[in-house]
Amino acid sequence: MTPRRKRLLIICLSVAGLAIAAGLILTAFEKNLMYFYSPTEVAEGAAPESRPFRLGGMVVDGSILRQPQGLGVFFTVTDYAHERVVYYEGILPDLFREGQGIVANGQLNDTGVFVANEVLAKHDENYMPPEVADAVAAGKARSGASDGTPAGNL
Amino acid sequence: MRYALPLGLFVLVVILLAVGLELDPRRVPSPLIGKPLPAFEMETLAEPANMLSRADLDGRPYLLNVWASWCVACRQEHPLLVELARRGTITLIGLNYKDTRADALAWLADRGDPYRLSLFDADGRLGLDLGVYGVPETFFIDAEGIIRHKHIGPLDAGAFERDIAPLIERYGDGS
Amino acid sequence: MIAELGHFALVLALAVAVLQTVVPLLGAARGDLVWMALARPAARVQCLLVALAFGALVWAFVANDFSVAYVAQNSNSALPVFYRVSAVWGAHEGSLLLWVLLLGLWTSAVSYRSAGLPPAFVARVIAVMGLVSIGFLLFTLLPSNPFLREIPPPANGADLNPLLQDPGLIIHPPMLYTGYVGFSVAFAFAVAGLLGGHLDSAWARWARPWTLLAWAFLTVGIALGSWWAYYELGWGGWWFWDPVENASFMPWLIGTALIHSLAASEKRDVFKSWTVLLAIAAFGLSLLGTFLVRSGVLTSVHAFATDPARGVFILAFLGVIVGGALALYAWRGPGTLRGADYALTSRETFLLANSVLLSVATATVLLGTLYPLALDALGLGKISVGPPYFNAVFVPLMAPLLVLVGLGQEAHWKRDRLARLARPLRYPLIGTLVFVTGAVMMLDPGHRLEAWLGLALATWVVAATAGAIVQRCRARRQPWFALFTLPPAFLGQCLAHVGFAVTVVGVTLVSLYGIDKHVRMAVGDVTELAGVQFEFVGAHELEGPNYTGTAARFAVRRDGALLTELQAEKRIYTVRGMPMTEAGIAPGLTRDLYVALGESLEDGSWSVRLSAKPFVRWLWLGALLMAAGALLASRDPRFRRARARRPATLPGDDGARRAQG
Repeated sequence: MTPRRKRLLIICLSVAGLAIAAGLILTAFEKNLMYFYSPTEVAEGAAPESRPFRLGGMVVDGSILRQPQGLGVFFTVTDYAHERVVYYEGILPDLFREGQGIVANGQLNDTGVFVANEVLAKHDENYMPPEVADAVAAGKARSGASDGTPAGNL
Repeated sequence: MRYALPLGLFVLVVILLAVGLELDPRRVPSPLIGKPLPAFEMETLAEPANMLSRADLDGRPYLLNVWASWCVACRQEHPLLVELARRGTITLIGLNYKDTRADALAWLADRGDPYRLSLFDADGRLGLDLGVYGVPETFFIDAEGIIRHKHIGPLDAGAFERDIAPLIERYGDGS
Repeated sequence: MIAELGHFALVLALAVAVLQTVVPLLGAARGDLVWMALARPAARVQCLLVALAFGALVWAFVANDFSVAYVAQNSNSALPVFYRVSAVWGAHEGSLLLWVLLLGLWTSAVSYRSAGLPPAFVARVIAVMGLVSIGFLLFTLLPSNPFLREIPPPANGADLNPLLQDPGLIIHPPMLYTGYVGFSVAFAFAVAGLLGGHLDSAWARWARPWTLLAWAFLTVGIALGSWWAYYELGWGGWWFWDPVENASFMPWLIGTALIHSLAASEKRDVFKSWTVLLAIAAFGLSLLGTFLVRSGVLTSVHAFATDPARGVFILAFLGVIVGGALALYAWRGPGTLRGADYALTSRETFLLANSVLLSVATATVLLGTLYPLALDALGLGKISVGPPYFNAVFVPLMAPLLVLVGLGQEAHWKRDRLARLARPLRYPLIGTLVFVTGAVMMLDPGHRLEAWLGLALATWVVAATAGAIVQRCRARRQPWFALFTLPPAFLGQCLAHVGFAVTVVGVTLVSLYGIDKHVRMAVGDVTELAGVQFEFVGAHELEGPNYTGTAARFAVRRDGALLTELQAEKRIYTVRGMPMTEAGIAPGLTRDLYVALGESLEDGSWSVRLSAKPFVRWLWLGALLMAAGALLASRDPRFRRARARRPATLPGDDGARRAQG
């Protein structure tokens, strides 16, 4: 095979590989990207209604409500401007507790409850996920938390 | 040209990562800057009977330092705080966050107490109002009780000189 | 005192590393043999000094010297001694020191096992590794010094992160880092070759065993990490496409491409520009991995202590090392990297396709890992790219790779014909189809198509590998005897390919047929899963050296007959107040049964995770086979023979030539 044809072959192989990969990536991105929204953005209607997304915030003290049967649990997350009730069925992460910043993956249902299929909490007591930190900071800015009565008052 | 392509791609990735580093979650600007300290009514760490409110602290600028005995990073900044208190650079008020009284007092006895007093925020209520999401955090509060600066993470001499010393210059040191 | 000695040894090591870099490089440029000869002793002394520093840190941990801040933050007097030792690399500062130590060990190994190589080449290799060492020593000494004192010392330490208090985590980081750092050898070889302006098949022959060895360590490291996540995180997952995992997986993928590309470069003097690029990329991605994990640029469930200042340092370092190497490549590549010819149907083409596929796969992982960061950097919103993306992209890329493994092993170098290739491969192909179709009939009908595909690809690799062995032996006069005289490189290749197939079987079956159930159980409750009954027998209090907790016992029965008893624990590590889940696992070659406790509910019952994981062990077993194969191949005496040849017969020693001219 001449160097010329070989180069052609290499180029064709690479282009084919990249094209396949690009196609796969685009379709996979289309379906599998999850955007992050804060409770305020959800309240403002910015979050999609029929698509999964990530919701983050602090778990409001005293809001965790276990159902007497099964493993269903309701809790409320807040960015101190707005709150959103989350429902999850299953085992919560070890570090899930009140006042902890968490991220939940899931979807809104008809009644506006965020039904999570996964709940994540960070393995670090000094820190919260940056998205949540952002959302909380932004939420405080909106609510004018400086008057001392944040919406998420407990 | 073909041989320079990888270098070009690499430079792009490095630029992306450099921009990413700038997106430091610790540098979230606090919405509280320029606003008064949230109102509170709270025991002091040393004396449970002594209830303090926001007004009791007004009248001079001070640093409000959120700390806890369980917080590892607080140990890191503590010598600096002790030094600041020793030199009388500025008044320090502690906010003992989600702690127990015994642990907190033992911790201070161990390492020195730089605070004029510490508020005892066992359930983290004031911490929530202040948007505390990582301990330690430090707020500069002026004589009118307005929050002028928020530092997240352990305070070091560099950050103090850069961010807080100019504020002391501007708002006075409380003496 | 000991800590100060360690600190001092590190400073000395930095000085020696500077010598190790500057003097041999100048020597190679000027053709001064004495200056070049400094490389070897400098590398060994540097390694010794770093080992001394490392020993000092180990001592500080074992002796509970809490006046050392790093010890106070990561240890506790109640911590068992072996965890105190492994706590040395339990956080950022110490793991960096481990990094530098391993780099020193690799460099020393090169200094001992490079007797036959041209002096200028060796000098450059060791100098380049010295340069990497300078960067990491500076990084250790400046923003992440593990020897800093805390006065007055705390009465006790903050304890090691409970997640890391586990036997798997004692050996996982050293293995992973040995692999990461091992790629610095291939990197240094590539840069030295570019500097010298000469890259030929001998160059590839020298680089091969080192690369294979590094790859073997990385493989074991990743497998250990996956195994640890499986039993320690309490989710029963074995791979999460978490950024930290991706950080180790990307160098592995590129490293896999590299060992194959090196084989072609050695045997046929082709793909040299590819190979050099892959060598730079493999190490570059190792550094990038360190950057991603340590800087906090990406959020991750692993959540080590992170610090942007450190990120800036690593990024600058990454820019200098990899950017420099790529600039060198852009500058010197065009003249140095011309290769031989080959036909379209040839082993070269299959290996090239393999490289391309693996590189594209790496790019997709990199994209998925960095894309959220890119969007955030551009202010376009916060997103996350979850496992579905990676699975959707990665699996279709791996499938053709498996087909190629079978074809490539059978194809001749340089020129082959498809018609000829079909002859030896028809038996493996027929065997595969018959066997797999039969096997899939025994599985649940739910996922038969996917299962068929995965198993067929894996079986195809095994059958084609067996076919390749048969072909080799038949060519000899005494086929049965020949089996024992096959070269280690070939046997290693076969072993690694079979290992790959074993892993694919594990991935396929556990992904398709793994069952997970979250249930609420009180003592006496029985839950049925995958044909067996889990009975919650009882719970009792636990008292460990540095934790308290609850242990729950489960009896597993099939049709009334007791299969096994499992104990799942929920521990609270007292110092940090951190809860941890210890899963109860009944391992089996064809199926794991898995029980993990969730939380205790108001009425005394528990939320419990029950899982059946078919063939999950095959994942790690396959990885071990791959690593064993690479290890075996790296021992091939042919590589050593090449080394023993006199330098005069090898080209590439242009430094010495220039000195004469």
